[in-house]
Amino acid sequence: MTTDNNVLLRVEGLVKHFPITQGIIFQKQVAAVHAVDNVSFEIRKGETLGLVGESGCGKSTTGRTILQLYRPTSGSVTFDGVDLVATRGEELRKMRRKMQMIFQDPYASLNPRMTVGEIVGEPLTVHKVANKKEVNERVEHLLELVGMNPAFANRYPHEFSGGQRQRIGVARALSLQPSFIVCDEPISALDVSIQAQVVNLLEDLQGQFNLTYLFVAHDLSMVRHISDRVAVMYLGVIVELATRNDVYNKPLHPYTQALLSAVPIPDPVADAKRERVILKGDVPSPVNPPSGCRFRTRCPIAESVCAETRPEFREIQPDHFVACHFAERFV
Amino acid sequence: MPDFLLDVQGLETQFKTSDGVVHAVNGVSFSLPEGETLGVVGESGCGKSVTMLSLLRLIPTPPGEVTAGQAIFNNQDLLKLSNEEIRYVRGAQISMIFQDPMTSLNPVLTIGLQMEEPLMLHLGMTKKQARARAAELLGMVGIPSAEDRLGDYPHQFSGGMRQRVMIAMALSCSPQILIADEPTTALDVTIQAQIVDLVKRLRDELGMAIIWITHDLGVVAGIAQRVVVMYGGLIIEEATVNDLYAKPQHPYTVSLLGSLPRVDDTKHERLFSIDGLPPVLYDKPKGCPFAPRCKWVLERCWQENPAFEEVEAGHRVACWVDVKTGRER
Repeated sequence: MTTDNNVLLRVEGLVKHFPITQGIIFQKQVAAVHAVDNVSFEIRKGETLGLVGESGCGKSTTGRTILQLYRPTSGSVTFDGVDLVATRGEELRKMRRKMQMIFQDPYASLNPRMTVGEIVGEPLTVHKVANKKEVNERVEHLLELVGMNPAFANRYPHEFSGGQRQRIGVARALSLQPSFIVCDEPISALDVSIQAQVVNLLEDLQGQFNLTYLFVAHDLSMVRHISDRVAVMYLGVIVELATRNDVYNKPLHPYTQALLSAVPIPDPVADAKRERVILKGDVPSPVNPPSGCRFRTRCPIAESVCAETRPEFREIQPDHFVACHFAERFV
Repeated sequence: MPDFLLDVQGLETQFKTSDGVVHAVNGVSFSLPEGETLGVVGESGCGKSVTMLSLLRLIPTPPGEVTAGQAIFNNQDLLKLSNEEIRYVRGAQISMIFQDPMTSLNPVLTIGLQMEEPLMLHLGMTKKQARARAAELLGMVGIPSAEDRLGDYPHQFSGGMRQRVMIAMALSCSPQILIADEPTTALDVTIQAQIVDLVKRLRDELGMAIIWITHDLGVVAGIAQRVVVMYGGLIIEEATVNDLYAKPQHPYTVSLLGSLPRVDDTKHERLFSIDGLPPVLYDKPKGCPFAPRCKWVLERCWQENPAFEEVEAGHRVACWVDVKTGRER
């Protein structure tokens, strides 16, 4: 991969296994969930990297492991030149100011016993970056920024709708003026007409503060809309990574092709013209993933080599990475 | 009047809650010809599910109550049938599949037992016949080694497989109408594509009519022949699927289509956002329920609820405004 100064975050060989244990007193590990298995990518300053995949593919775990909410099993995460995996304690806390997260469920991610002002102001207090008066001023400003009435600071989360709560979550994420935000399915719990409101807000804020996003989602249409580059995950590995238009217009991995063809288009004429690749069966268990290529059990073009060797994640065209033995066929 | 399999007129459903009466459905009329797939689109709380549950008399009473309307099916009004009679209709003639395949199966009974029950109840089959038919149905919805899996419990199936089981159960008594309430919302896209494909194939084989309820305008485009759009407990637009997407007439439909990014979209335009929130219907809205969020709103919209009128052959809209000119029709 290229090494230029433009890179804000570099992830190399990231692995996260969750142990499965047996026994009550003497616990021993009997297996592991291979949630993320050797994932490498980089995020450039000011860009939005979309991370898509189906449920259980490890996209959320990747986001959380980057922020060190889960400690990785192995691999490195370099943010702004600092290796986060090696960082601990106070040093890591300082780094956390620069990277924040917006969560999927706006109902579960806000403490129901705290007022909106307390929720949005808490990071400022925790990191001791402002006194009480400054916190109040900053909270007002933040609420205005996300399109809410500053007078709402004294209200509780249950008084707000899903879309408004997500705005509160965005305000909290912005409070420490981070440079990087992991958006973990920020719109999937919202109604269709509200989704556009939140996405437009995220785009406006990105322009205003030069933010860098990792946008984790399963909605491929929305990811195409918001991302500059897109990574597609399947069963713990990234199978394809390229610019938005490359991934969507000329996907080189058979999984990406099938995934894209399965997305319904709100237009019956265009929908009828499309060629559908319907995948057979379900995603295998991450406890015991298939040997070689993870996708081979459902892949329409799999051959014997796919079961033997794990395909390398290689740059097939400039800035277009694919993990498939036969990707050249689709170029 | 042409022959309709199901003809619903002026349906109203209310819920009495401690905060007041919620007017969930406020006069819904639609009809379903034999063999047609009707899409019902709307956001959460627009009344789409309550409408269908009202028809099958599955609204818990109290707090809910169907206060007006009729639903003619096979020359009888579903809303006036006795409990015994409606039970015969449910499952045998009109069946329903639900959004969440995880919770609509009984976790402590085997799949086989749950599938045999309606067969023995409605069709009077013996246990042995029902078992054979259940295996046949599971095979039909694409579950491999169906006979062996009848002894399995629901937790041994994945989400997509469970939805297949639900579909097999719904089709077991060869219903004339299948009501599918957000059947793919809980599933991943590749599994959703499998299920949509399966339902289309079964529809062509068995020739039943389908009412497909969803909030996803994309899924409806691929499966429905005619679509109704609901908002605030009312149907606000009805058209053939091609007309609805090519020339939407109601401001809500226009805005909703504009707010959706498309996977085949190469332009990177800002999404059209609809301000405000869907209404909570404590009061029956006096004017148009969409007026507070509408970008085309006129003085009249606040005063009178527009009638549901035909603007073109087969295309009906409830709106005072012509979205092309921005003036009153």
